[in-house]
Amino acid sequence: MVLTSVFSLFLLALVAPLVTRVAGRYAGWVLATVPAGWAVWYAGFIARVGEGEVITPASLVWVDSLGVALSTRVDGLSLMFALLVTGVGALVVAYAGGYLAGHHHLGRFYGYLIAFMASMLGLVVSDNLIAIFIFWELTSVTSFLLIGFGHDRAAARTAALQAMIVTGLGGLALLAGLLLMGVAAGTYEFSEMLEGGITLGDHPLYIGILVLVCLGAFTKSAQFPFHFWLPGAMEAPAPVSAYLHSSTMVKAGVFLLAKFSPVLGGTEEWAWTLQIVGGVTMVYAAFLAARAVYFKRILAFTTVSSLGAMVMLLGVGGPGEAAAMGFLLAHAMYKGTLFMVAGSVEHQTHTKNVEQLSGLMRIMPVTFAAAALGAASMAGVAPFFGFTAKYLMKGPIPEAAAGSFLVIGVMAMGIFMTTAALLVAYKPFVGKPNEAASAGSEAGPALLLGPVVLSVAGLIGGLMPGLFVQPLVASATAAVTGDAPEKALSSSIGMINMGTLLSTSTLAIVLGVVFYAVRDMLRRTTGLMDRLDPMLSGPVVFQRVLSGTLWFGRLQTRLLQNGSLNTYIRTTIIGFIALVLGLGANRLKNAFLWQDAERPSLLGMILVVLLIVSGVAATVFRYRLAAVAALGMAGVASALIFVFYGAPDVAMTQFAIETLTVLIFVLVFYHLPQFTSFTGRMQKFSDWVVSLAFGAVMAGMVMLAVQTDMAPKISGYFSENAVPLAYGRNIINVILVDFRAADTFGEIVVLGIAGVGVAALLSVSGRSQNPTKPDGGVA
Amino acid sequence: MNSIILRTGTVFILPLLLLVSVVILLRGHNEPGGGFVGGLTAATAMLLHMLAFGPKEARKLLPIGPEAMIGVGLLLALFSGIPAMFAGLPAFKALWTDFEPVQGVKFSTPLIFDVGVYLTVAGVVILIIFSIAEYRGHRAIDAQHASDARAREEAS
Repeated sequence: MVLTSVFSLFLLALVAPLVTRVAGRYAGWVLATVPAGWAVWYAGFIARVGEGEVITPASLVWVDSLGVALSTRVDGLSLMFALLVTGVGALVVAYAGGYLAGHHHLGRFYGYLIAFMASMLGLVVSDNLIAIFIFWELTSVTSFLLIGFGHDRAAARTAALQAMIVTGLGGLALLAGLLLMGVAAGTYEFSEMLEGGITLGDHPLYIGILVLVCLGAFTKSAQFPFHFWLPGAMEAPAPVSAYLHSSTMVKAGVFLLAKFSPVLGGTEEWAWTLQIVGGVTMVYAAFLAARAVYFKRILAFTTVSSLGAMVMLLGVGGPGEAAAMGFLLAHAMYKGTLFMVAGSVEHQTHTKNVEQLSGLMRIMPVTFAAAALGAASMAGVAPFFGFTAKYLMKGPIPEAAAGSFLVIGVMAMGIFMTTAALLVAYKPFVGKPNEAASAGSEAGPALLLGPVVLSVAGLIGGLMPGLFVQPLVASATAAVTGDAPEKALSSSIGMINMGTLLSTSTLAIVLGVVFYAVRDMLRRTTGLMDRLDPMLSGPVVFQRVLSGTLWFGRLQTRLLQNGSLNTYIRTTIIGFIALVLGLGANRLKNAFLWQDAERPSLLGMILVVLLIVSGVAATVFRYRLAAVAALGMAGVASALIFVFYGAPDVAMTQFAIETLTVLIFVLVFYHLPQFTSFTGRMQKFSDWVVSLAFGAVMAGMVMLAVQTDMAPKISGYFSENAVPLAYGRNIINVILVDFRAADTFGEIVVLGIAGVGVAALLSVSGRSQNPTKPDGGVA
Repeated sequence: MNSIILRTGTVFILPLLLLVSVVILLRGHNEPGGGFVGGLTAATAMLLHMLAFGPKEARKLLPIGPEAMIGVGLLLALFSGIPAMFAGLPAFKALWTDFEPVQGVKFSTPLIFDVGVYLTVAGVVILIIFSIAEYRGHRAIDAQHASDARAREEAS
């Protein structure tokens, strides 16, 4: 059933455009029922998982011999994420129906959004490391499609590409890290690592694994200095920001670190890396948030800051993990709310700048109520869930390795978060309605449902933690720490001094309000940041690296692929000769000293003579057709060798290829210029030298191959098992379609791409009547 | 190419060649042959027809375009690997039935796979051949540009 939930969503993504065509403006509500149903189904597990049970349904075999399977495992952590993915997902799908109503690509948008949902759900319930990686990459790909949804705007394309390159590079690092992890642990099943009590902290590969996994997690969760792609990704429509870039995808990095912490955590390196990177991100991004003026940009920076706090808390370990889980759940609710509110305000008033709005409270009262609840939770005001999360955070931090730095950091984050909360939920709503605000009206039910449900859930989570917050956070923490759920929370609660907590919280809120009041001065005095931040990380460094790569690519193309076929072939052949002689000159020399070669038969001699004659003829004929016919003869002669020496299959293919080659040449001749002799004497001489050297090296390699004892086990296995296992007497074909079917599939895919490539090249150069300048995706 | 002998001969040889290509495909599991050679043979047959009657006529002969042949072929090959996963076996593990659509050829996933290879290979070669045959060449395009320019000048 767990796998079914993933696959049913992929299926829903496929049919979403069709549903949209049939159901029209109700499509959002119709499509939202499926993820909502799965959310209810997953909610049914809360009680069982809350008691420490782990649900591991049967898995689907994928590539058995490589240890790849679609195996699933639902523990507290996975359950919390699965609920977020399906629950918030359902709300966002309904919201998108209102936000993008009437958009001509709405069906496609639903498809992308639900495909992302399926990928993310697959990621959080997978147990196999390789399956985790594949779903991880799928979330990057679908996120690219969603950020670039408004693909007619250059900014959207650039942002999509930026996010894709950053998270894609991180994904590659992660793949390497996961493979090393699998090698070090001896299994790719995560649950087997847990059951075996495997910790990799002392393994020689540990540092490599940690660096690679962290690179993957930090790029995905937008940690400093990779944070720049997330504010850029705000080019996406608001439902995407609310869903991918606050509640789910960007938390995948945090999810992975939390999931792996029993195996990778608990070391000095782990603690310092996560505490420093997370801590710096937390403070830096919160500060940027307090300075920003655009609705979604403010929220994007607070998201980066919160993700930093979660990473930092995971680095603190122990009770810090409980705080990270609590904060994660609280953040998903209030940030989802606020992003949807931001989207509604933008949608209704067409204004993105919070400073240009005021008095919206009277025009959009319900939206304001949701925004106020969400912002109160974000600022950590009691009794909201955000306060509970803060409460959990205060205990363990002073005990951490980077303790004093982090205490100040959390304080700073609290202050700036309060300022940001006022910017998004106070500034545009209070006062007299100005012109921009009066142009708007209250949002419709689709735009209201999501923010209202999530903000009220945040309030209930704070007032009645026992209802769903406590079991979820406790069992998620238990999954990370390995304790029993009922113990997971008690240790962190015991560490808190209520008096200190209340006083520091109040101080943070007061200072946040002060900063809000002087925000204009804050922006002016720190104007340097506008130039410094791009230089530190994002646009500048990213663009430098990107254009450097493109420059290198062009240089390489000029050197190696200058458009002359002669140069291509010469480069390839000389490179090959150099490689062979450089690596195995000695072995090649011995190959020529072969003593016990059989005397060739008369037939063999005749064929060899035929080959030599046709080869020489091809080089001396002065007419194209004659040269090609000579080449064809050489091909037929080699096919005859296959016939007489027991490879009828190869011979057959060779005959077919030779026939086709000659005929295609005839077709091409029509387009070629007159055949004139371009090569000078020197060129001819050097060509002869290269050709003779190539022939000698190839002859030596063939003789070496004949003398080498080729692992007999493999061919023996194939000939013995072709009939009993594959019911075929033609071993070659059995290998192609059965034993090595996956390889063959890869080969025909390449073949198909090559064919389409040839056709595209020919049709483009044949049709370019009005050459227009292509619009570069990278600005 | 305008040759009565070639045209008349092609009319008889084409169906035979296509039949042979299918035979080569089907017998591949036990005797020399298989989807790859079969596909090449089918493509050669189409090439022959195109040389005799031109690319326009040859395209009419195909029920689906060569691009679609590649797509269908790849999908068939891919789908043939999936049933095994639902039987609890690794992907692309061969599954066999006793049903014989043709005497001596059992229906199986490798058979579907081989048909996919056949369609892909034939589609790729036919696509390349058509592209070359329909390519008008730089000189033709330059001539077109020149005549367009002349027409514009005369109009203005």
